[in-house]
Amino acid sequence: MTEQIAKAEEVLRNTNDPGVIQKVLDDNPELKGLGTYEYGWSDSDTAGATAKRGIDTSVVEDISNKKSEPEWMLKLRKKGLKYFERKPQPTWGADLSEIDFDNIKYFVRSTEKQAQTWEDLPEDIRNTYERLGIPEAERERLVSGVAAQYESEVVYHQIREDLEEQGVIFMDTDTALKEHPEFFEEYFGSVIPVGDNKFAALNTAVWSGGSFVYVPKGVHVEIPLQAYFRINTENMGQFERTLIIADEGSYVHYIEGCTAPIYNTDSLHSAVVEIIVRKNARVRYTTIQNWSTNVYNLVTKRAIVDEGGTMEWIDGNIGSKVTMKYPAVYLTGEHAKGETLSVAFAGAGQHQDTGSKMVHMAPNTSSSIVSKSVARSGGRASYRGLVQINPEAKGSANSVVCDALLVDTISKTDTYPYIDIREDDVTLGHEATVSKVSEDQLFYLMSRGLAEDEAMAMIVRGFIEPIARELPMEYALELNRLIELQMEGSVG
Amino acid sequence: MSTLEIKDLHVSIETDQGTKDILKGVSLTINSGEIHAIMGPNGSGKSTLASTIAGHPRYDVTKGEILLDGEDVLEMGADERAQAGLFLAMQYPVEVPGVTMTNFLRTAKTAIEGEAPKLRTWTKEVKDAMEKLRIDADFANRNVNEGFSGGEKKRVEILQLELFKPKFAILDETDSGLDIDALRVVSEGVNRAHEDNGMGTLLITHYTRILNYIKPSFVHVFVDGKVAEQGGPELADELEANGYDRFLTPAAAAV
Ligand SMILES: Nc1ncnc2c1ncn2[C@@H]1O[C@H](COP(=O)(O)OP(=O)(O)OP(=O)(O)O)[C@@H](O)[C@H]1O
Ligand SMILES: [Mg+2]
Repeated sequence: MTEQIAKAEEVLRNTNDPGVIQKVLDDNPELKGLGTYEYGWSDSDTAGATAKRGIDTSVVEDISNKKSEPEWMLKLRKKGLKYFERKPQPTWGADLSEIDFDNIKYFVRSTEKQAQTWEDLPEDIRNTYERLGIPEAERERLVSGVAAQYESEVVYHQIREDLEEQGVIFMDTDTALKEHPEFFEEYFGSVIPVGDNKFAALNTAVWSGGSFVYVPKGVHVEIPLQAYFRINTENMGQFERTLIIADEGSYVHYIEGCTAPIYNTDSLHSAVVEIIVRKNARVRYTTIQNWSTNVYNLVTKRAIVDEGGTMEWIDGNIGSKVTMKYPAVYLTGEHAKGETLSVAFAGAGQHQDTGSKMVHMAPNTSSSIVSKSVARSGGRASYRGLVQINPEAKGSANSVVCDALLVDTISKTDTYPYIDIREDDVTLGHEATVSKVSEDQLFYLMSRGLAEDEAMAMIVRGFIEPIARELPMEYALELNRLIELQMEGSVG
Repeated sequence: MSTLEIKDLHVSIETDQGTKDILKGVSLTINSGEIHAIMGPNGSGKSTLASTIAGHPRYDVTKGEILLDGEDVLEMGADERAQAGLFLAMQYPVEVPGVTMTNFLRTAKTAIEGEAPKLRTWTKEVKDAMEKLRIDADFANRNVNEGFSGGEKKRVEILQLELFKPKFAILDETDSGLDIDALRVVSEGVNRAHEDNGMGTLLITHYTRILNYIKPSFVHVFVDGKVAEQGGPELADELEANGYDRFLTPAAAAV
């Protein structure tokens, strides 16, 4: 097996040389599945190798000490640990029984200090980000700020000066806690309380890294802020913590991406993202999740939206072994809006259990959920959603559309739409479809010259187009490329 | 000069009731530039022949051969047949949601030619072809066949025929569902492909009206999975006048 992995790594190191790849793949046909994940290389790993495994109070104290945190944060972390230990694993959703919490490394420090230029990063890490195309996006001004997290901490960070001048804050959460404690005392854990669920509790106990964003009143950040999360070490636990506050009438689009090397044993990514959307503000949060298929991705994301505000989650789940993620919007002010566009791909060995949660707590609030999932090669895609309308939320409206596409007959899809309506004066719509790629559709495209996997990819791209359309162009292209990679070797 | 040869073709399909034989020994040879019309009653196997030539996986060839310039077509997948120069204008073109015509046409052209067409000349070529077929420019941005009317779908099939420039085209009831003007512009499109590229055509139809525009040199009467009779254009007129009665076996006529 280790020999196999070494060969797989050789393939991945040479991803720029199709000749070499083809030869290695021809010699080792069993590697074909591995080769299709493009981001599976790993860097040398001294920091990770020496990191402690398992979790107890000393691990939590150690993290807090290293960060010289205020006392209240350490207390909160310890509370998180208690909840984590006490709370049972969820009995619904994906199978989490194989996660070995004692084998996970909860904190890995890869560099001593955050870099302000890519050149200041250790070469390994810099190369990794170059290959992921992050500095390039920054140079081309496709993003107006970048935060790059490697293992437990943000190693590079930059924001455009003009935004800083307007009072926009975009920095890693650890630094923000030091420099802007007032926000944290007020908001940290206010949207997702420490004991919300087992994995939010774990995150609270061992959180590290993530982004803090503050957009002042009336400021519109026209070009997205980008965060990139990379796990390098095996059995890593990454627990970033993100807090976004959009003050009245402001706008920001935050985009995150994530990848990891392919390993034999599992890693855990368990983030908490809290968002506060003030009156008439709008936040769009886009995720392109492409973890390798040995990562458990168990993330809690929630926004509260004041009067007239809008929260939009665009949630793309392509990678990971298991994902459980249901971005939520609590509509607390009149005319607040929530929207989730979710797209999930479940390939061999993957279970994507995704969806969204909309809670209407004020009159005339509206929400919509559009979920599209594709399952192939025995993968499983589940939609799980909750729409809750509280008694006082008169005149509220919600619509849910979930469409599943099955590429073959061995894959699975299921839907769990929960509805909890405690008010009569509401408008609801729910549509769900399951479709199979039809033989006639494939034949039509193939009779126009497209190879079977190209035809399949075209059908799948068409299926998720309503969501790809919402992405900035580079990300839509990236998503399409990922689909093509996913679909390669999916047929025949 | 190319040749498409169909030799003693037997085809069956798997149905819930078991295997069903549909084609029972079809032989037909088409050369570049020739137009062959096939006429025959409903259910006689015309679309089955068309789909089998194009490589639909539902149809099992139990006997016989299809050769394109001597090459074994049955060995090829549907995509390879398209790349080799075969084109099927389908009786029921399929919708592909979320994929624009522009994207589809360019992707297909690239697949057929093995390289991407030059963007500027291609865009113009598509635009011109659409104009000639009187397809509104909006269609470029619409999803493939999605919500198209019956006649619009047929026009778009011929648009593809003009753009992909096949060696041989099979038109499966392309004339059905076309209005009078559309019948003419579509026929003109097919005739252009003949004159410009020497395309050979197998034209499946129920009506002689299209034969006023696209003039076949051969007419085949297709009955019960076989070619029952071959002749020149006059055979079509005879069918129009007398129907298929004289070709039907007594048993089949009673159905
Ligand atoms: N999937 C199927 N299951 C059962 N029977 C089928 C199937 N596909 C085709 N057939 C049968 O095969 C026969 C030939 O069908 P085909 O579509 O080739 O006829 P056609 O000559 O094109 O008819 P039309 O003029 O109505 O288009 C018909 O009897 C049809 O019912
Ligand atoms: Mg037919």
